Amino acid sequence: MRQLHKFHGGVHPPQHKQESTARPIAAAPLPTRLVVPLHQHIGNRAKPLVQVGDTVLKGQMIGQADGYVSCAVHAPTSGVVTAIEMASVPHPSGLPDLCITIEPDGAERWIARVPLDYQTMNPSELRNRLRDLGIAGLGGAVFPSHAKLNPGKQPKVPTLILNGAECEPWITCDDRLMREHAAEIVAGAKIMRHMLGSDQVLIGIEDNKPEAIAAMRAACADTGFEVIAVPTIYPGGGAKQLTKVLLGKEPPAGGRSTDIGVQVFNVATGYSLARAVLHGEPLISRIVTVTGNVERPQNFEALLGTPAKELVALAGAPRSDTQGYIMGGPMMGFTLPSAQAPVVKATNCLIASSPALFPPAPPALPCIRCTQCAQACPVGLQPQDLYWFARGREFGKAQEYDLFDCIECGCCDYVCPSHIPLVHYYRFAKSEIWAREREKNQADVARERHEFREHRLEREKKERADKLAAKTQGPKTPASGDTDAKQAAIQAAIERAKLKRAGVVPQNVENLPAERLKEIEEIEARRTQLKQAMEKQDETRPD
Amino acid sequence: MLTALLVMTGLALFLGLVLGFSAIKFKVEDNPLVQKIDAILPQTQCGQCGFPGCKPYATAIAAGEAEINQCPPGGEEGIRKLAELLGVEAKPLNAEHGAPKPKSVAVIDENLCIGCTLCIQACPVDAILGAAKHMHTIIAQECTGCELCIPPCPVDCIRMEPIQEDIANWKWKYPVYSLKRT
Repeated sequence: MRQLHKFHGGVHPPQHKQESTARPIAAAPLPTRLVVPLHQHIGNRAKPLVQVGDTVLKGQMIGQADGYVSCAVHAPTSGVVTAIEMASVPHPSGLPDLCITIEPDGAERWIARVPLDYQTMNPSELRNRLRDLGIAGLGGAVFPSHAKLNPGKQPKVPTLILNGAECEPWITCDDRLMREHAAEIVAGAKIMRHMLGSDQVLIGIEDNKPEAIAAMRAACADTGFEVIAVPTIYPGGGAKQLTKVLLGKEPPAGGRSTDIGVQVFNVATGYSLARAVLHGEPLISRIVTVTGNVERPQNFEALLGTPAKELVALAGAPRSDTQGYIMGGPMMGFTLPSAQAPVVKATNCLIASSPALFPPAPPALPCIRCTQCAQACPVGLQPQDLYWFARGREFGKAQEYDLFDCIECGCCDYVCPSHIPLVHYYRFAKSEIWAREREKNQADVARERHEFREHRLEREKKERADKLAAKTQGPKTPASGDTDAKQAAIQAAIERAKLKRAGVVPQNVENLPAERLKEIEEIEARRTQLKQAMEKQDETRPD
Repeated sequence: MLTALLVMTGLALFLGLVLGFSAIKFKVEDNPLVQKIDAILPQTQCGQCGFPGCKPYATAIAAGEAEINQCPPGGEEGIRKLAELLGVEAKPLNAEHGAPKPKSVAVIDENLCIGCTLCIQACPVDAILGAAKHMHTIIAQECTGCELCIPPCPVDCIRMEPIQEDIANWKWKYPVYSLKRT
């Protein structure tokens, strides 16, 4: 029996998981159109590869990864590209982003699917293939997986953790996936273990999912993988929190899991990795929990690009008091800017919200410094201090208090008796700091370019002055009348050209084999012949 | 007596050599204060401060020949940072040097450009690409929005466009919410 550990803080919000776990995962039917955003992952936006009017096949790459931290985007079904334009995407800003719209033809014609022989493949080549298959973390952060499946400078990452904790209320997509596709998840974990060279593989699942734990234990029999039931507490599914619970250690402030020899993946990432490597299927669909204010809450396997509205409608006709759709859970999710926003790689859950389920936050009161937020913070930060710094725009101070270790889990918001939107303050402070960083980098580039320009202008000035000096001091042409001088100059130029022509000799011939040398000699002989002929012609030409 | 003299002379010579050596070895090219000021300035190189670039302005501030409130692109925050660095009172931006504007980039109307190269010569950061009698274009990524290319253009084909908010540069807004009246 493994000794489990505890992380600081955490909360116990109502779980609301029963609603959607009763029904099995259903395949969502083909929607009327698919709007596939090109930026579904962390990193650079994918570059479009198709044009309006192109016919695409299911699984065809339509957006190419741009750089190392980026990943490809694929056509979720076969059809015709009808638009490549800015469209509504699931993002808290509500701003549009570049999307490719596909009109399905209903034929579902696949590209040629080629399984990868991951055990014999070059690791770097394998990572590139995974990037081209669009594999990104499906736990919510959508970090390109190939970048995480790299042990880097170390020979290996000793511990691989599969995260099936799923601590957010309402969300059950990982629960259902583990119950129904445990074997594929374990197959994905084997590929991860191979790529990272891990010695131990731990699968952490919260103890409110006994069926999932049983299914995973059955699938892990005689693999050496350890399925561990962890206590149910939010945010026990945070990568760092789960690591702490399972291993009792946490990465240093500002560090990564790999700093302590651990890499964490969501179970759904394992599933999609297995589909990609063993079946050659790119990431074109995912399991989405549709729940909240709907008739029949259920999990669906939805194609990426399915409009949220069409997916939610599968769980029953929309109710009149539905006021919007939350993507993600109630703790960390956000309200979709539009019901037309599509399902993306990050969409683990869509919750139809109603005033009865999610009443508006009561008006805020001033902070009374009760420090309940500090007791709830799973990272051990001082949220009340961070709040004061963010509020006063003292960003340097906020950074000193490890603002960037905040995982925005919302525990502080949840316990705040004054109902202050604390996480909003931290997000505000973080994005201001990032903006400043960007501005500083731009200023540095501008300074460098300006300095180089100054240097260039100086150099050009000097070169011009030198040229002028050389001209004025150079040998003067004889001043015996204008035409004479010109004639002399022309004659001199002709002489120079002749000399140059005569001076052409084969170069770099030292190490050549004999037959090549002979060839060169022949060519040279022809050249001299030609030259003589030309000279003869020059002489005989009438003036 | 003689030993003492010798020791002192020897010491003086030795220390002199050490000082001389370190003066050459650890020579600081620029005034470090100028560099610190220059790091705060936005590097627009627009010359609105009255100096031909950010570095000359930084040098003038360091020498006490310029005020800290002459940089519109730096805005109030730039003034505050300069005041903090120099230990002086912050003051409002001097309106003589212009008002702060939203960050913009220059855009060349490529149908009108006649390829005169005048803007290329004016650009302080070499952000304009083109050749004589060939169309010019702005490398938007490198453009600092200094507007120096606008006056020389003989056909007025350059305009400034404010940078649009998109997902990449979007920022969370300062939280606004209702407080409970007590």
